[in-house]
Amino acid sequence: MVDNQSPEIFGQTPSQTVGPYFHYGLPWKGCADLVGVSEMGARTDLFPAENYKLNVSTAREAVIGDVIEIFGLVTDGAGTPVPDCLIEIWQADAAGIYNTTGDPRWAKSNHDGFPGYGRCATSAEGFYRFRTIMPGRVPSPDGGLQAAHIAISVFGRGMLKRLATRMYFDGGEGNDQDIVLNAVPAERRDTIIARRDEGDSWRMDIVLRGDNETAFFDI
Amino acid sequence: MTRLVGFKHEDAGAPPSYSEGYQSTRLRAPSKPLIRTPTTLTEVTGPTDGWEGLMGGAMADLTTQHAGMPQGQRIIVSGRVLDEDGRPAPNTVMEIWQANAAGRYIHIDDSWDAPHDPNFTGAGRVITDAQGRYRYVTIRPGCYPWGNHYNAWRPGHIHLSLMGPSFASRLVTQMYFPDDPLIEIDPIANAVPMPYRQRMVSRFDIETTEPNYGLGYLFDVVLRGREATPFEDDHDKDHH
Ligand SMILES: [Fe+2]
Repeated sequence: MVDNQSPEIFGQTPSQTVGPYFHYGLPWKGCADLVGVSEMGARTDLFPAENYKLNVSTAREAVIGDVIEIFGLVTDGAGTPVPDCLIEIWQADAAGIYNTTGDPRWAKSNHDGFPGYGRCATSAEGFYRFRTIMPGRVPSPDGGLQAAHIAISVFGRGMLKRLATRMYFDGGEGNDQDIVLNAVPAERRDTIIARRDEGDSWRMDIVLRGDNETAFFDI
Repeated sequence: MTRLVGFKHEDAGAPPSYSEGYQSTRLRAPSKPLIRTPTTLTEVTGPTDGWEGLMGGAMADLTTQHAGMPQGQRIIVSGRVLDEDGRPAPNTVMEIWQANAAGRYIHIDDSWDAPHDPNFTGAGRVITDAQGRYRYVTIRPGCYPWGNHYNAWRPGHIHLSLMGPSFASRLVTQMYFPDDPLIEIDPIANAVPMPYRQRMVSRFDIETTEPNYGLGYLFDVVLRGREATPFEDDHDKDHH
């Protein structure tokens, strides 16, 4: 029988579900806080303290930009909140530069303490919540700038592979011209545009399946 | 002008989101087709550099995290992280979590009555070297029942999470063991069509096995590769 080491089936390792028990393995304390020091994002209520082997949030350089909260309710095809999802985000800093040497502009830019990457395990009520900054606009392949956006991955029990989408911001400059947002059928664009809630808090619910299903991408 | 190279899409071994035999996909898989979106800088970049400050450093031995040795068969798992063109993925992080030797997770929602092991948590993390190689030590996880259907048992497996070089290459998967009869009847493993399901089955290896210490298993992780031609980020082009 062929296996992982067999050249005749060499290719991409298939995706499998993250399952329901990832909480002691993936979301460290503070993983949903891209600005300061906190325990946001972790679910330490789900396993004994002596089994906490993950990292703890530590102080980092000050982050430049407008601090925002993004949050939303994750629901399934029956409209039931999903308390065991893992949400991940990847976004540019306030200047529109990604915190990676893979961004060709990174080497010549000034870096603050912004990591650009975060995770959040959904709460018992099915909410995700991040503290981050409003991302700057990133270059677009068409020569202009993309509208401000945050890339999102959704993992969960019952989900055989990551679902990818984005968050845009209601009223965001360039939303009308954004090549990715425009690739989404007009009637579904609202599903990936966050609305201002209170103050600097933005809400975008994630609907895994159903009439108002979130627009998920084949990236 | 900056040239960026996109990533290939999923290959024939990718499972569907919706799979008849895996019950909980029925309410959690999208009902509409995924939307093919243009590749931009967002998809070809990822947290390749700052992860250590976020997640912490390597925890490559899951058998030494508590006062004593855990129960069970000690194993050594090693291999490489590559892309589908055979290029190694150096300095990439692989997170690991698993059940104990009896098949029990430390998670409070795991209500099966197999015993916990006070000497085993089941969480680890490794970072690949310049050749994409990794190695960790753990115990072989037990099989456990689940509620998917009557008399359903998961094959022994280790959960794996990899960042890879970009947002596009993010992967969460599971590693299985070669001598496990449950793989053949597991709806999660079999959501992947044959023969590609077998990409997730590790191989016992006597060279990786260490005398008087533990059994060795080989497991390579293959991430999505780069597209053949670069696109230019200041040049209008149809990426569909
Ligand atoms: Fe599992």
